[in-house]
Amino acid sequence: MNAFLNWIEQRIPMMRTANMHAIQYPAPRNMNFWYVFGFLATIVLVNQIVTGIWITMNFEPSAERAFASVEYIMREVDYGWLIRYMHSTGASAFFVVVYLHMFRGMIYGSYQKPRELLWIFGMLIYLALMAEAFMGYVLPWGQMSYWGAQVIVSLFSAIPVIGPDLVEWIQGDYVISGATLNRFFALHVIALPLVIVILVFLHIVALHEVGSNNPDGVPIKHKKGSLSESEKTKFKIHEYYTSKYDIIDDVVPFFPHIVLKDLVAFSVFLFVFCYILFFAPEMGGKFLEHPNFEIANPLKTPEHIFPVWYFTPFYAILKAVPDKLFGVLTMFAAIGVLFALPWFDRSNVRSWRYRSGLHKTNLIVFAIVFIFLGYLGGTPQENWKIIASRIGTVIYFAFFFLLFIYSKSEKTKPVPERIPR
Amino acid sequence: MKKWLALLLFVPSVAFAAGSGYHLDEVEIDLTDKVSLQNGAKIFMNYCLGCHQMQYQRYQRTFTDLGIPDELGQEYLQFTGEKVSDYITTPMPKEAAANWFGAPPPDLTLVARVRGPEWLYTYLRTFYVDDSKTFGVNNLVFPNVGMPHVLEPLQGTPRRVYKEQMVDGEMVETDVFTLETDGNGALDKEGYDAAVRDLVNFLEYTGEPSRLQSESIGRGVLIFIVILFVFVYLLKKEYWRDVK
Repeated sequence: MNAFLNWIEQRIPMMRTANMHAIQYPAPRNMNFWYVFGFLATIVLVNQIVTGIWITMNFEPSAERAFASVEYIMREVDYGWLIRYMHSTGASAFFVVVYLHMFRGMIYGSYQKPRELLWIFGMLIYLALMAEAFMGYVLPWGQMSYWGAQVIVSLFSAIPVIGPDLVEWIQGDYVISGATLNRFFALHVIALPLVIVILVFLHIVALHEVGSNNPDGVPIKHKKGSLSESEKTKFKIHEYYTSKYDIIDDVVPFFPHIVLKDLVAFSVFLFVFCYILFFAPEMGGKFLEHPNFEIANPLKTPEHIFPVWYFTPFYAILKAVPDKLFGVLTMFAAIGVLFALPWFDRSNVRSWRYRSGLHKTNLIVFAIVFIFLGYLGGTPQENWKIIASRIGTVIYFAFFFLLFIYSKSEKTKPVPERIPR
Repeated sequence: MKKWLALLLFVPSVAFAAGSGYHLDEVEIDLTDKVSLQNGAKIFMNYCLGCHQMQYQRYQRTFTDLGIPDELGQEYLQFTGEKVSDYITTPMPKEAAANWFGAPPPDLTLVARVRGPEWLYTYLRTFYVDDSKTFGVNNLVFPNVGMPHVLEPLQGTPRRVYKEQMVDGEMVETDVFTLETDGNGALDKEGYDAAVRDLVNFLEYTGEPSRLQSESIGRGVLIFIVILFVFVYLLKKEYWRDVK
C-alpha cells in the first residue's frame, strides 16, 4: 500500500497537497460559528452541480417544452421532484450562506490587508452567482421567469447609445423568447458554473496563502525566530508554513479539528435545509414564487413582478431612483462599493470586538437596512415604500462613506498580542 | 415598451389575475383523505374537464395515487375513450375556446400552487347572477370573470343579498357581500361547501402529486440528521478536548 502511494506521490503531489491544505493547515483555534459558512457554501455548490447534472438529463431548453419538462421531472422522473427541489432550495440556501459569509468578513475585518484579493475573489464569486441564479430562474419558463427576465434584461436598454442594440444582442431576439432561454441555458449549465468553480479555487488558493482570519483579528503567524519553542504550536503543521513563519500555539489543524466543527454546523444546516426541502419547498412563495407555476405568457403581465428574495435589496435600490439610467447605475454601484470595501476601511484593527461603538453601530445599521431594502423590494409597491427605499439607499451608501471618514482616526481598544484564552 | 403596452390593451380583462381584496375563506386540505380526493376527481372530470385540462398529469398516476383501480377509473372517470396512460386533456379545441371565452381556459394542473387553496375554495363559492355579463354571472373574488358558473346544477342559482340599512337618516339598500341561492341546486349549502372542498383538495393534490411521499421521506431524513448530529457533535468534542 505504501509503495503504491509512493508511486503516485512521485507522479502527482496527492499527499503533499492534502497535508498542506487540510491535514497540516494551521487554522486559528477561536474560529466560531461565523466561520462555517464558507464550508457550507462549498457543500451547496457541490449540491447545485450534482443535482443540476441530473436535472439537465430531463430538462428541455425550449420555449415550447421547458415548462412541461419541469413538470415531467416533478411527476414522472423517479425522484425527479427531490432532485428539482434540492436544486431550487439549494439556490436560496446558497445566498443565505453567502450573505452570512460576507457579513462575517465585514464584522471581523477579514477583507483588510493582506486579504484584499481574497475579498475581491469572493465578490467576483458573488457576482457570478447572481448571474447564475438569475439565468437559472428563467429556465423553468414560468410567468416570473419570463417577466423577471423582461425587467432585468431591459435594464441594459438604459445604457446610452448602445442600450437597445445590447438588449437585442443579449436576448438573441427582439423580445425575450426561446432564443433567450436557450442561451441562458448554455450560460447556466456550462459557462457560469465553470467560472464559479475556477473563482472558488482561486478564492481558496488566496485564503491559504494569507491564512484564515479569526474573531479577534489577531495573527497566528509570527516572524521566523520570534517565538520560543514553548510558544509554538504542538500540532504538526506543514513545513510550507513553518519554514516561513513561527506558528503560535493558538492553532489547530484544519483536519480533523475544523472539519469536525464544520460538520456539526453542517448537520444543523442540513436539518433546516431538509425541513424546507421536504415540507415547504416553496417557502411561502419566497423560494419558488406562486406565479411561476403558470407557464410564461407574453400577453399577460403578472400583477406584481418581483425578483427572487436574494435580489430584492438591489431591486429596491433600483426602484428608489426615479431616472432609469441613474437607477441602474446606483444599483450597480451598490455592488461596486462592496468590491472597494478594503479601501474604504482605513483602520488597522480588524475585528469589531476591538473597534469603536460607532463602527459596531454602523455595521448593524447596514445589516438591518440591507434586510429592510430586501423587504421593500420584494413586496408590492406602496407610496411610503418609495420614500423608505430612498432613505434605505442613502443609509446603504452612507455606511461606506462614514467608514471611510471615521476609520482613519477611530478610537479602538487595544488588540491582544495573541488569541485570548 | 410601447409595443408591450399596445399588446396589453388587446388582452381581454379575463386574462388578468384579479386582486379584488375579497376576504378568503379557510379550507381544510387533507391529502390523505382518499374519499375526498376521489370525489374531487369525480367533480373535476364531470364539470371542469369539458373546458380545462390537466396536461401535465396522467390518468393512471391519478388513479394509482387516489386508490382507484384502473378499470373503475376508466369506466367512471374517462369519458372520451382515452388510454389510461394518457394525459388528462380536454377535447375542446384551443382556438375555438379562445374565441368563446376571450382566452383559452387555463390549464388546472398547477392552479392550486398559483392561486392557493383558499382562493379556489372561495372563488368557486362566490359566483352570482349578473345579467350584464356575457355568461350571466359574476364573481366576488374574481370580478368580471369570463367563466360561466359551471357548478350551478350543484349549488343552485346564487344571487347577491342586499340589506335595507339606515344611512344618514335614510333607508338605503346596501351590499353586504353575501349570496343566497334559489335552492334549485342538487346540494344544500353544507353539501356544496363540502363538494367544493373535495374539488380543491383534488386540485391541491394534482399541483404536487409527490407531496405525501416527500413528507414521509422527509420525516426519516430529519430523524437521521438528528442522529448524525449527536455523533458528529460527540466526535468533535472528543477531538477538541485537549485544545480548550
